[in-house]
Amino acid sequence: MVVIGAGMIGAACADALALRGLQVAVLDRGPVAGGTTGAGEGNLLVSDKGPGPELELAVESLRLWRELADDLGAHALEYEPKGGLVVARDPRAFAELQASARLQRTAGVTAAEVPADALGELEPHLARELAGGVHYPQDAQVQPALAVAALLRRARGTGRVRLLAGTTVTGLAEGRVETDTHGPLHCAAVVNAAGTWGGEVAALAGATLPVLPRRGFILVTEPLPPLVRHKVYAADYVADVASGSADLQSSAVVEGTAAGPVLIGASRERVGFDRSLSVPVLARLAAQAAELFPVLSDVRAMRAYRGFRPYLPDHLPAIGPDPERPWLVQACGHEGAGIGLAPATARLVAQLLDGEKPFMDPAPFGPGRFGKEQS
Amino acid sequence: MTRGPLDLVRARPEPPFEFSFDGEQLTALPGQTVAAALWQSGRLAWRRTRVGDRPRGAFCGMGACYDCLVELDGVPNVRACLAPVRPGTRVRTQRGDGHDELR
Repeated sequence: MVVIGAGMIGAACADALALRGLQVAVLDRGPVAGGTTGAGEGNLLVSDKGPGPELELAVESLRLWRELADDLGAHALEYEPKGGLVVARDPRAFAELQASARLQRTAGVTAAEVPADALGELEPHLARELAGGVHYPQDAQVQPALAVAALLRRARGTGRVRLLAGTTVTGLAEGRVETDTHGPLHCAAVVNAAGTWGGEVAALAGATLPVLPRRGFILVTEPLPPLVRHKVYAADYVADVASGSADLQSSAVVEGTAAGPVLIGASRERVGFDRSLSVPVLARLAAQAAELFPVLSDVRAMRAYRGFRPYLPDHLPAIGPDPERPWLVQACGHEGAGIGLAPATARLVAQLLDGEKPFMDPAPFGPGRFGKEQS
Repeated sequence: MTRGPLDLVRARPEPPFEFSFDGEQLTALPGQTVAAALWQSGRLAWRRTRVGDRPRGAFCGMGACYDCLVELDGVPNVRACLAPVRPGTRVRTQRGDGHDELR
């Protein structure tokens, strides 16, 4: 097997395939976790997903993350089962949030309503004038680069996985992957885990996969004492993720880290692969974070990083074989949820490649759903 | 002058001035950063880490690594390698995250 992409999805796929006894080569044109994964926040969320296939995938994936934390050590992943807290600014937003929590509960999500006067017990520094919130204990956090390294280390420990970083794929055909530095590699199947660049990789095989970049900034504060205990965000974030608009959407997702800095996401813009820093976006994120946590208004931001969330038109990932090329298995396009969805994605990929009955119906993620291919 | 490239570049700086480090009066030259002035005084560490209380000073010296943080005129987490030192600047050793008031 060849896995293209040494990010979170690629590492999880390599690990799942190697544990099934398969020989795997993991290729990446850059370093480990150097693309989509390294620019993310490490969110493992069920709270931001409505009932449907993505939530089903997320519930299984978060269960698998707990297993990984048990097997590899929570410390090795900086796994923190801190829980999420979604807050509503006004009674109307709180009513909508409660309604969506009721639906999520039917899909296996634990969601506890938190009245306004009890928010302070969960988050002592939270703004006072909020209407209420919902607590999602399943939400968690990992440090993405550490998690990738830990999974690749375990995969390589089987003796069946080769890691070829700094290796660009130049051609893809059935049974054969052309590379710039390691010549051709022969394989039974190829897993496309190239994240935001998954469309380019698919095109090498003549396949079409409309993965596009959505730029997101994350603001990093100076190190602070523990001030923010959960992943805290305003209910508007969910609407931003689902938005079809190319314009800027932003709503603060605020969380503390083991090292001390507070991370403030999450903006979304469709600006292609433009990496330039946008001060207005950062200012808006900072203002929204300070609105949720007034204590942050006197804290300084140290730096910001940005990356491209790989989105597909219907905001679902592509997982499964290309309809015309069963040897090419897509595993990309997870937008901002790839870290969280990686273990369950890898499980699906491994089950599909192994001819085993998948744990859930993979049809909604089918790469053929985007219509006719280009000739 | 225990450390500094002044001779190498044949610098002829303006007259020195005083600033304080943990209450002690030290001398700096115009244009120096806090880190340069502390190095010149023979000090290599001016921060204690958040985990393990270990000493830290300038590592990269160019603003990237955030190892050289000091408390500058009462503001914590200032990069000593970028902040210019001025007459009367009060520099203090930073302990931990420097935000005990938020604890």
